[in-house]
Amino acid sequence: MPGPIIDLTIYENEEMLLAGLRRRDPDACACLIKRFAPLVYAQAMRLLGDADEAEGVLQQTFIKACDRLDTYEGRSGLSSWLYRIATNEALMHLRQRSSRIDLDDVAETIQEDELPQRLTPWTFDPAAAALNSELRTTLEQALATLPETLRTVFVLRDIQGLSTEETAAALGLGESAVKVRLHRARLRLRELLSAYMQEY
Amino acid sequence: MDNHRHQHNDPAHCRDILAQLNDYLDGELAESLCRELEQHLAECPDCRTVYDSLSRTIHIYRTLRDVPAELSQDVEERLMHRIKVSLNVG
Repeated sequence: MPGPIIDLTIYENEEMLLAGLRRRDPDACACLIKRFAPLVYAQAMRLLGDADEAEGVLQQTFIKACDRLDTYEGRSGLSSWLYRIATNEALMHLRQRSSRIDLDDVAETIQEDELPQRLTPWTFDPAAAALNSELRTTLEQALATLPETLRTVFVLRDIQGLSTEETAAALGLGESAVKVRLHRARLRLRELLSAYMQEY
Repeated sequence: MDNHRHQHNDPAHCRDILAQLNDYLDGELAESLCRELEQHLAECPDCRTVYDSLSRTIHIYRTLRDVPAELSQDVEERLMHRIKVSLNVG
């Protein structure tokens, strides 16, 4: 059965959408979900790597956003505000996990097997290429192979764009630990992507 | 897989450079160390390749931030339902 058809152009800008949300206009709520749920879900999946947990975070994010609309001041844009709520929710899920952490995953130095092995220059220039679905899948798959300890730091710093200080505070880590984990994550991803990028 | 065949005569120095690469990419490396690192990159093709590809890795992942996931209709409908219930209760 097809889902509800929502005209995303009803609200010309975020201010009008926000006014609709504050009036509890059902179209505004549906519009908010249509516009931002796919972005929030993508962020939750990257942090958690689990579809069920990501869906839980998605629902909690929008419920909290609707509850807190009066506190939203509009300084950062709706997507940034929703990302922040989703990140906090996802980090709560991660803290509740009791999975065993491999000591190598929290090592505060670059591991021997993380030293660069693939040294052929890339033919791919991301600045000049569009992000097609094949490339996007490759990026997401490579990211999903990282251990949670490295993936969370990388997602917050390099995808969400938080500072080292903000990332350290969000994860309860020292800034030097954030820097080392970020470096290790970047090196691993570079290695994973190299084969693809040389053939691109 | 190709091997890390350093063309530089001092592989230990390449490792030191690698350890500083992250701060350099983030613009957080002290200026005096930047000059030394740039000098090394100019002379060592392997380290230059690592720098170039690491820089491209960071760049391309940054573009993912605003790339939406494909949300299945089931997930969207359950979300709509949860919000509706929440708003009615509220």
